[in-house]
Amino acid sequence: MSNSSLIETLYESIGVNPHSLRQDPNIAHIEIHHNKVLGVHLVPGLEVNARETKNGIDAKLLVKKDTVIEKPVQMCFGMIPETGLQEIILDIELEENARAGIFAHCTFPFARQIRHEMDAVIKVGPGAQYAYFERHIHGGEGGVVVVPKSRVEVCEGARYQTDFELIRGRVGEIQMDVEVTGMTKSVTEVTARVSAIKDDRISIRETAHLVGEYARGVLTTNIALQDTARAEIYNTLTAHAAYARGHVDCKEIVKGNAVAKAVPIVEVYHPKAHVTHEAAIGSVDSKQLDTLMSRGLNEEDATNLIIEGLLGVPLLSNG
Amino acid sequence: MTILQLQNVSLSLGGKKILHELSVDFWQGHIHALIGLNGAGKSTTANVIMGISGYTDFDGDILFEGASIKGLPVYERARRGITLAWQEPARFEGLSVRRFIQSGAKDKSEERVRAVLEDVGLEPDEYIHRAVDKTLSGGERKRIELAGILAMEPKLVLMDEPDSGIDIEALERIFQALQKLRENRVTVILITHSLTVLRQAEHAFLLCCGHLVDKGSTDKIARYFENKCIPCLHPNPEKLVAEGSRVQ
Repeated sequence: MSNSSLIETLYESIGVNPHSLRQDPNIAHIEIHHNKVLGVHLVPGLEVNARETKNGIDAKLLVKKDTVIEKPVQMCFGMIPETGLQEIILDIELEENARAGIFAHCTFPFARQIRHEMDAVIKVGPGAQYAYFERHIHGGEGGVVVVPKSRVEVCEGARYQTDFELIRGRVGEIQMDVEVTGMTKSVTEVTARVSAIKDDRISIRETAHLVGEYARGVLTTNIALQDTARAEIYNTLTAHAAYARGHVDCKEIVKGNAVAKAVPIVEVYHPKAHVTHEAAIGSVDSKQLDTLMSRGLNEEDATNLIIEGLLGVPLLSNG
Repeated sequence: MTILQLQNVSLSLGGKKILHELSVDFWQGHIHALIGLNGAGKSTTANVIMGISGYTDFDGDILFEGASIKGLPVYERARRGITLAWQEPARFEGLSVRRFIQSGAKDKSEERVRAVLEDVGLEPDEYIHRAVDKTLSGGERKRIELAGILAMEPKLVLMDEPDSGIDIEALERIFQALQKLRENRVTVILITHSLTVLRQAEHAFLLCCGHLVDKGSTDKIARYFENKCIPCLHPNPEKLVAEGSRVQ
């Protein structure tokens, strides 16, 4: 399959028209299939150096000092075949006062036995703002193992938002691990939203260390489980400095024979820091169900609407 | 014309009888009030009519437009035209006001969603994309719930304590929406212990300890309730009512 055909197929699987994307020169985009960089379009202030490896790519993304990229950078990672391994190594840096967002689409539409690993090191420089939205679209077989790992440094006065979404297609298996260190007056928001069915397996570890004064952090995990799916969520938030503020929020809706486990860990090492946590696991709230059924929705439609709300809307709009 | 008829409805919960042979007719296109102190059985009656889980195993029958709805699930009753506005509306994390209103609307267009938000005094641009969650005040949630009900175009609305937990402005907007329901010939049953809410109705039914004590014009029931129920002096009104005496 040619590069252009692969690009078409990748975008088609995520419901995005690549031609409309290309028509706007202000939208940077990068397409990667397995270990091939199929296409790159950059905008001023954004530098990308990508190296193809045996099973993936090793890329460095740099947003130069004071650069403001108005429209989210579109990244498309994927594999069209049914089997294979994709290893993505990312080194992302936003220099001082830079601002950028990335909308990453990860698509494995025909997966039967695919492993996708991502190992990211991210530095959000002083006063910089970085929003990363990662949407996974899988096929209906559940034959994907997703292993995303990030280590993030959020410098003084910087803002880091990340939102991981896997609500279309079967999860298969996910082993997510995000660890963020927030400096003085930094803001960290880490969100994961996943819907699992059948024998899908979810393991999520979200960790934030608020080491600077006035650092703020929120870890949010919203999960919907059905059939015999299982989830284990470990949210850890530590506060080490005065006026650091954080909150951990984990909600899981469980249906059928699914099993959910949530372990919120909060640690406070300074008397003027403050961290809270909230975890709720259970079936669909009966009052929500009764309310929607009293509008004429049957139980299944009402449940689906409640789950749709819980799994929410993305951080960045597409395009 | 009668739209809803309770026929000797009795209900026990946890071994205690909560409703005692209630027989009440509600007229199409009229605003009624079920009034009584806390524990009178008002909300229980509303839940029985709506068919809420835990309130379905009752004696007697309920007829809606001449047909029994006993045994029908909540959504079937809703599809026939009955709905309930809750005393404290549920929160739906992440669910937008638009999706919430559209969920039960006959006309699911955005124009219709905007129109019903305006009907309850909420600026559509400000609310349509917000979530129906804890960021909204109790009064805002009540008005959004009512907007959803207006979009549903029901035949009968049960409104449980419409003045609970809201400010005067929100209550005024709810009363205006009530008038809109009246203009559209929708039957309304107000569940209340408030004389202010009671006065919005045309007919009233006074409940005490699960018994129907009196019925009639709003003025008549308001006087009775104000003079003899609010300052209730009976240490055991349930016994008095059960023996067939009116609470004096």
